[in-house]
Amino acid sequence: MIRLAEWYDFRDLGNTVGSLLDQIRDWGAPDWVPYVVSGLIGVVAILLWTVLSVLAFIWIERRVVGLMQNRIGPNRVGPNGLLQPVADALKLLFKEPITTREADRILFWLAPIVVFVPTIVVFAVIPFGERMVLADLNVGVLFLIAVGSLNTIAIFMAGWSSNNKYALIGAMRTIAMLISYELIQVLVLLAAVLFVGSMRLGDIVAWQAGYGVWLLFLQPLGLLGYIVSGAVEMNRSPTDIAEAESEIVAGYHTEYGGIKFGFFYQAEYLAGFAIAAVIVTLYMGGWTLWGVEDWVPGWLIFLAKLYGVFFIYIWSRGTLPRLRIDQLMAFAWKFLLPLSLVNVIIIGGEKLLWQEAELSSGEALPLFAVVNWAVAVVLIVGWAWVLGHQRPERVAHRAVLTQEVGAIHFGEPAPTV
Amino acid sequence: MDDTGTVVAFYMLSALTIVSALGVVVVRNLIHAVVFLILSFVGVAGLYITLSADFVAVTQVLIYAGAVSVLILFAIVLTPTGDRGNQETFLRLPALLLALLVAFTLGYVAIDTDWAISDREGFQQTASTIGEALLDKYVLPFEIASVLLLVAMMGAIVLVRPDSAMEGE
Repeated sequence: MIRLAEWYDFRDLGNTVGSLLDQIRDWGAPDWVPYVVSGLIGVVAILLWTVLSVLAFIWIERRVVGLMQNRIGPNRVGPNGLLQPVADALKLLFKEPITTREADRILFWLAPIVVFVPTIVVFAVIPFGERMVLADLNVGVLFLIAVGSLNTIAIFMAGWSSNNKYALIGAMRTIAMLISYELIQVLVLLAAVLFVGSMRLGDIVAWQAGYGVWLLFLQPLGLLGYIVSGAVEMNRSPTDIAEAESEIVAGYHTEYGGIKFGFFYQAEYLAGFAIAAVIVTLYMGGWTLWGVEDWVPGWLIFLAKLYGVFFIYIWSRGTLPRLRIDQLMAFAWKFLLPLSLVNVIIIGGEKLLWQEAELSSGEALPLFAVVNWAVAVVLIVGWAWVLGHQRPERVAHRAVLTQEVGAIHFGEPAPTV
Repeated sequence: MDDTGTVVAFYMLSALTIVSALGVVVVRNLIHAVVFLILSFVGVAGLYITLSADFVAVTQVLIYAGAVSVLILFAIVLTPTGDRGNQETFLRLPALLLALLVAFTLGYVAIDTDWAISDREGFQQTASTIGEALLDKYVLPFEIASVLLLVAMMGAIVLVRPDSAMEGE
């Protein structure tokens, strides 16, 4: 057992928990008691942190987006509108829950709960600091992808059970997005795992701290792919086509109101935090910061980075217009997919070169960083130029399969069945 | 399988898997059946974890619960007759008999066989072991499987191509 510091040494909250567990062991409790207690502490801490962060960021986001769009934002409830999230939550709690007629009541009721589970489970494998991880799985990265894909089923349940065509269209869009962007996510994470040589998130952080370099400097294409596919997965503007309010009312949660809608709202924020946490862990060195973690608590560094990354998403929401669904699909299949495939090949080649040519890390890593950034810039600019010069008739403009099945008709009068 | 936690987890996960698998067959509504199917996939993934096969468990969630079930959902929603649900069929009795027979045979074999129990420790790193086996000892089946998938994908594309595109080029 690693020797722990004193319990009040808050640089590592693991110390406090560890000494508490030692105390429990001293009282002569059986082995499973500290095990269960430590799990419970982790779960409660993560839940508390997420709820508080969501409340804080509802206010921050509304104020910041307000600033960006040259308006004031909420400023009436409490000083500077600080109590606005509390008021929102209370309003949602007291609203009447309405279930539409002919809705599938069981799935309609189940969906807000199911949507919550995968988003919160992701945090179990995220290392918040040294020894501050609930379950450092061997297959952590794969776990992230697997759990992230479960979200879609909950959203589909919500959209289908509402018995509303806009909700169903939103659900279908979610699935189409998942199929496209999960592929990119897998390829991008494959490159990261390949280079580090481990799927355990703790190992990836340790690797970056050991070589003193973030993966962000080595895999710019990977970072781009993950940021975009993360934005799609968390369903936020400019990629929130599953609930695009100017096209399909509110997408999959059109019929939800009250606290059920609140669950979706909070799950969306949690997914955002989860994606930001993954980006920080994989590409930005996790809780380490080139030696600063000896002086500042690692979990504070982690949270600072996490909120910084999340701010990028707020920023893009305040800045960019929403993409159309065909644009988003084309972006996935024509732009990001070839780039992430090239990324995997380059990273694999570099890993091989590093091992076979027996380069020292001081020689190899700066070289790879320069090469990869140059390749990334050339590929992004070049590929965008090539795609922009396609003949227009090569661009797909209708969905063939759905039309032949007779489900949806684009730009034609509906058939009489 | 010695400690109580694993045994309790095994029975709970088995119950979840079997009940939801029954739900898939019994429930009338097709979408409900798919939801039960996903639940049963997750239960099987849990069973893999009790066998310390973490890689297989996570892959089970990723491929079956995440991808295959979504494919099935897609198929159901895109098919115009999808909302009719499970109908009565005259093959009900023979199917029940056959299923019971298969269950009986499998159960009889499972109970009757004198299984060899290995006293080896559980794997620590299943992912790298599986990876090495796939790309070393079993590289030919692995490659054949990927070529097969490629052919299937191309076949799907050819099937859904509009006729005009074929004539035009």
